[in-house]
Amino acid sequence: MTRSGFVIANLLRKRTRTILTLLSVIMAFLLFGLLQSVNHIFNAGADFVGATRLMVQARVSFTSPLPVSMLPKLEAVPGVARVAYSQWFGGVWQENTPLFVFAIDPLRYRDAYPEYVMSEAQWQAFAHTRTAMIAGRRLADQYGWKIGQKIPISSNIWPQKNGSKAWAFDLVGIYDGKDEDWKKRTNVAFINHDYFDEANQFGMKGAANFFILKLSDANRAEAVSRAVDAMFENSPDETKTQTEKDFNLGFVKQVGDIGLIVRWILFAVFFTLLLVVGNTMAQSVRERVPELAVLKTLGFTDGSVLGFVLAEAAALCLFGGLMGLLLATTFGAMVEKGTGGQFALRLDISVWLIGIAAIVLMSLAVGLLPGLRARRLRIVDALAGR
Amino acid sequence: MLTQALAITGINIRSIPERWGSSLVIVIGLAGVVAVFTALLAMATGFESTLKATGRADAALIMRGGSNAELNSGLDRDSTDLIEQQPGIVTGADGRPLASAEVLIIAELIRKDDVKNGANITVRGVEPTAFALRPQLKIVAGRTFTPGLRELIVGRGVLRQFQGAELGKVVRMRGSDWTVVGEFESGDAHDSELWTDINVARTTFGRNGSSSVLVALDGADGLRKLKSAVAADPRLTLDVVREQDYFSGQTKQFRKTIGFLAGVVTLIMALGAVFAALNSMYAAVAARGKEIATLRAIGFGGLPVLLSVMIEALLLALAGAVLGALTAYLLFNGLSVSTLGQNFTQVVFNFKVTPELVARGLIIAVVIGMIGGLLPAIRAARLPVSTSLREL
Repeated sequence: MTRSGFVIANLLRKRTRTILTLLSVIMAFLLFGLLQSVNHIFNAGADFVGATRLMVQARVSFTSPLPVSMLPKLEAVPGVARVAYSQWFGGVWQENTPLFVFAIDPLRYRDAYPEYVMSEAQWQAFAHTRTAMIAGRRLADQYGWKIGQKIPISSNIWPQKNGSKAWAFDLVGIYDGKDEDWKKRTNVAFINHDYFDEANQFGMKGAANFFILKLSDANRAEAVSRAVDAMFENSPDETKTQTEKDFNLGFVKQVGDIGLIVRWILFAVFFTLLLVVGNTMAQSVRERVPELAVLKTLGFTDGSVLGFVLAEAAALCLFGGLMGLLLATTFGAMVEKGTGGQFALRLDISVWLIGIAAIVLMSLAVGLLPGLRARRLRIVDALAGR
Repeated sequence: MLTQALAITGINIRSIPERWGSSLVIVIGLAGVVAVFTALLAMATGFESTLKATGRADAALIMRGGSNAELNSGLDRDSTDLIEQQPGIVTGADGRPLASAEVLIIAELIRKDDVKNGANITVRGVEPTAFALRPQLKIVAGRTFTPGLRELIVGRGVLRQFQGAELGKVVRMRGSDWTVVGEFESGDAHDSELWTDINVARTTFGRNGSSSVLVALDGADGLRKLKSAVAADPRLTLDVVREQDYFSGQTKQFRKTIGFLAGVVTLIMALGAVFAALNSMYAAVAARGKEIATLRAIGFGGLPVLLSVMIEALLLALAGAVLGALTAYLLFNGLSVSTLGQNFTQVVFNFKVTPELVARGLIIAVVIGMIGGLLPAIRAARLPVSTSLREL
């Protein structure tokens, strides 16, 4: 009988116990996988955004618009290659579903965001049709929008000149992301800033919540943001300029400290699991004290007896852990599909890596104590049942 | 039969210290489930009770039609004045309608544990009547703002979570300096706001009208009168909601989100705990095989044995639940946190562990204890007497 065969045979001896312990481990790692990926959505979502873009907003808050007349001043700052701007529209689909809709200058935005992919003909159509709208692939798929359709969208902020908040736009293009990360961010629709300016009732003219500065050199981000903020200091339109990544992180943090909640739950789960599996291992070693003594009598070293116990613990944790992570991956993919990609609960490689690290730590934590006990065992005492 | 069951249970419980390891698994397992469940729902409850405490039943909030939130709403000066002349509004001591036009502005403050990321904070420009409309709001330090000056008063909730708005500090907004001259406490969502004079806010932020108008309703019929008058006036397109309903309505989404999270997490953890409990109780039954067989041999029935195992599992589960609820209470009750509210600004609230939540945690524990005890109990009751006695 091989050593691994021996370990498996030992695990199968008390089948009920092994299966029940395995199931507990699977549940713990299922939860681990799901919570980690939730945490991931909230915290690491900005990783792929480079530092080549700066977001300029009003210092008081991005809900206070800045005048578009700042544009030439921003363009003159050394290190700035292209400036785009966007204005929040407060879009609402049908009864009460909020949509991300921004009013932008099409060609400026195209230049600032090369990560968004759309044919030049569609960009031109967007720029030259007053009532045009473009939508991200995800958004268009979710609501079944087709190019050429008139899309009715209301605004919960801006009425048109006739007092109605029900707007309608011609869908002239559907953009996609250049890679997986950017494809996830194609849930935004854009409309023409010029048209928005002239059609809204309040004469909300020439205003933008954000200016987006595309830099010629990412290394100058710090200097450019300082130069911009200094330029508008003490004016009614004081600015706050930060990298796109910092902006995204700050935005997410407003929701609350999701990471903290996730950490507390996982702490509770793993503390419990440690106890459950640890107790099982301790019990199984306790029951087999005479057998272990026989093994030692046969010539197995103290080290290899320790190895047997550790291997048993590791087998339990590894099998249960991998099953749990696999379940979480399947479950996460189902959630992603079920929500039309809105909630991308995907277990990517980083979650798996942390999971595997957790499995290794867990195996050591639960196997070491009973293992050391088995190693210390003296043959004479153990055989005598002392 | 009951006396038999109790007698065996007594023996079982007294023997727990000898096998505390596996018993502890049930206790700690259940403690974990109940602690997480209670803490998550304590968050939802805290948020809900803060918003539910905000807003009176006899006041109405008036916004532009279809706005959903004060942030999105905007009323010009004419509509603002027109609103105050509608019927159904209480007349104040000065003979004018008891109404407060308010401007909502958002400022950024930095969280206490952060260095650079700003969070959105509501700055509310109010008319003097605003204080009469919210009698629960009290100035607790310093004084109220002087109309016409750039002065702010700050809610206690803001002070708990954010820095830079302490009494005497200067807050910079739109190129101008605002001095914090007072602290107030209202025990509701307004605790998460900064207040100032509406006219100063209007001139500084280039606003003409208001975001919303809050009015005191005249009698039980006030809301209906006001609504029908507004609907009949072609110059006005407005949403009129009872103030209390407006704030209560904001809790739905949060409760749904947290409820879903708590549901999924509790379910998975509970399954894990059931498996652990089964494991422990099977072990307990196996360890006592001979003892149980002896009891059966001297005349104890199968049912008392079954009951005794069930009772043991339940007691351990309950002990775990109490431990878990206590942990959640000690760690989280009263913990101050904040999240984004309807106006896209921070709402500061405290975790609230209520007796109702604890009771629900106990019920969950009882269910898990029952499931975890049942199968091992059946096995114990069915243990063949003769073979068990012969085991060494």
